[in-house]
Amino acid sequence: MLSAVMSLTALGLSLGFILGYAAKFFKVEAAPIVEEIEMMMPGSQCGQCGYPGCRPAAEAIASGAALVTICPPGGRALAEQLAEKLNVVIDLSGMKAEAPKIARVSEATCIGCARCAKKCPTDAIIGAQKQIHVVIRDACIGCGACVEVCPTECLQLHPIAATIKSWKWVKPDAPLLA
Amino acid sequence: MKLFNFHKPIVGGVHPIARKAESNALPINVMPMPKRLYVPVQQHSGNPAVPEVDVGDRVWKGQLLAHGQGNISAPIHSPTSGTVIAITPHTAPHPSGLPILTIVIESDGEDRWLDNVMPIDPFGMSAEQMIDKVGQAGIVGMGGATFPAVVKLRLSRRSKVHTFIINGGECEPYMTCDDRLMRERPEQIVDSIRIVLHATQVERALIGIEDNKPEAIAAMRLACRHRADIKVVAVPALYPMGSAQHLIKTLMGVEVPSDGRSADVGALVHNIGTVYAIHKAVRFGQPLVSRVITVSGGVVKQPRNIEVPIGTLLSDVFEFAGGFEQAPARVVMGGPMMGYVVPDLNVPVVKGTSGILALTAKEVSEQQPMPCIRCGSCVDACPCGLLPLQMAAHIRSDKLDKATEFGLVDCIACGCCSYVCPSHIPLVQYFNYAKSELADQQRAIHKNEETKKLVELRKQRLDREAAEKAAAIAKRKADAARKKTEKAS
Repeated sequence: MLSAVMSLTALGLSLGFILGYAAKFFKVEAAPIVEEIEMMMPGSQCGQCGYPGCRPAAEAIASGAALVTICPPGGRALAEQLAEKLNVVIDLSGMKAEAPKIARVSEATCIGCARCAKKCPTDAIIGAQKQIHVVIRDACIGCGACVEVCPTECLQLHPIAATIKSWKWVKPDAPLLA
Repeated sequence: MKLFNFHKPIVGGVHPIARKAESNALPINVMPMPKRLYVPVQQHSGNPAVPEVDVGDRVWKGQLLAHGQGNISAPIHSPTSGTVIAITPHTAPHPSGLPILTIVIESDGEDRWLDNVMPIDPFGMSAEQMIDKVGQAGIVGMGGATFPAVVKLRLSRRSKVHTFIINGGECEPYMTCDDRLMRERPEQIVDSIRIVLHATQVERALIGIEDNKPEAIAAMRLACRHRADIKVVAVPALYPMGSAQHLIKTLMGVEVPSDGRSADVGALVHNIGTVYAIHKAVRFGQPLVSRVITVSGGVVKQPRNIEVPIGTLLSDVFEFAGGFEQAPARVVMGGPMMGYVVPDLNVPVVKGTSGILALTAKEVSEQQPMPCIRCGSCVDACPCGLLPLQMAAHIRSDKLDKATEFGLVDCIACGCCSYVCPSHIPLVQYFNYAKSELADQQRAIHKNEETKKLVELRKQRLDREAAEKAAAIAKRKADAARKKTEKAS
């Protein structure tokens, strides 16, 4: 009786040990760069890039199928971070052209259908059934998911008006320096 | 590059034509109250103030118009008695010329103070109360940085600050408002120094004045002759001596570390105008509602120093100074080295306005930039020991990280490099652009992080709702099953 218990315990322990060791040393790794890129991205799954979410977009960027500039919410800052990470040279001239936009509800035409609030990836829209909805400006990433579901077209993307806080000096235009 | 720097207390620096004689001979004039005052809710660094009054409200001079929000902010007070006729966006005194929320007050001509504004005995108050008074008066750094004074005072009380430096450098050309204040009101300034020393428990005070203001030095020496702990030091007239870190270096011989503040080397620095405002706040309970500014420049008929209510439009001030001889080529707020061009004369004077200049085309002397010849003049002139030509070249090709490696964050935007450049390259303009661009990128990164948090919260909410729904369905099913069994039995 005792010898049977002991031998089975020993067998179990040693096999468990071997399995645990194997799990650690023969681990099949997913490409870590994809994870890292996904961590850097906004993670709002907004789909503005044309991929169904941030993970597929990260995979596409890692494999070289997509440019590092595809993420509109991440903007120029993210593009530069990604370019540094992947060691690629990027053309940022296209990114500057379009000013960032955010959604705004037109109170006159909102019917309080609450469809937009359900779609918003950052919960930036508040309002209840049959009440006028409103977009929280700081939380909106301008993905446009709400614009597509709005039945009265009262939700539109508007360019963010420049404020003193967000204003930037213009880059001087001088001839070749050195 | 010079190997030995015995004759100069700081590296670099320039000697721009001073042009101070135009405005420093006449005494300070008090401006009559204009009909309308435009008081912006943001006249300080940090968060904007929140209006406390409504359109149509009757206000008294010194009444709180808007209260500060957050740690770094300052309240705004009414510069006169009258009526609030609008709270509306108005052109801001800012290089962008964008509108900012502004409280418009129509003066009733009486200029009557709020009843509770009266003289007090500051030495009957505790140090904490004194410092609170400065905060309630909405005093900010009046040299131009507009950092709330109360924050600096509190920090000095908590940290090991041993020297209070009063910045009488006033190194910007044309500017003479601090010079006139020191000549005409030295007792008040010394009184304020005593108040600050008492409130912060700092041991000594050094008044640093550039040696091109002998009258101010003499007046200040006379006013503080009985105080062993207050000393007037004449410092060489060298731009940018009025920069806090360069004045500290000159007076104390220590350098403020790149990532540090004045308090790290044991110094508290306040500008003459700020010190004078502290006197009025703690002695008389008067909030900051007016300030002395220099009105000068080639086209101004009577250049002089004027005590102006906060919120007065530039057009009113220039009119009081006799108007223009000809149309100005450029109107600048602040000094010619670090000031900025304002879009029109409908901009109000604010707490941080040390002067306004209306310049002739000759004074502006705009020149076409030419290629860099790598002469190194900017390197010699940079008071922060940086390489302006190298930083500008990197910024030009959008390599902001490279410019940062070359010390972009240590640039104080004094403009010495642009001043000496024989090719007229807008060097400091490149640095201003790069700094605002970097700040913008920081904001974008911050927004990305916040978005991530929001997405995570939404996921939690959806999971929670799904779980609650499932639980409700399970409960309903269980209830139905129980009812069935009850019916059956």
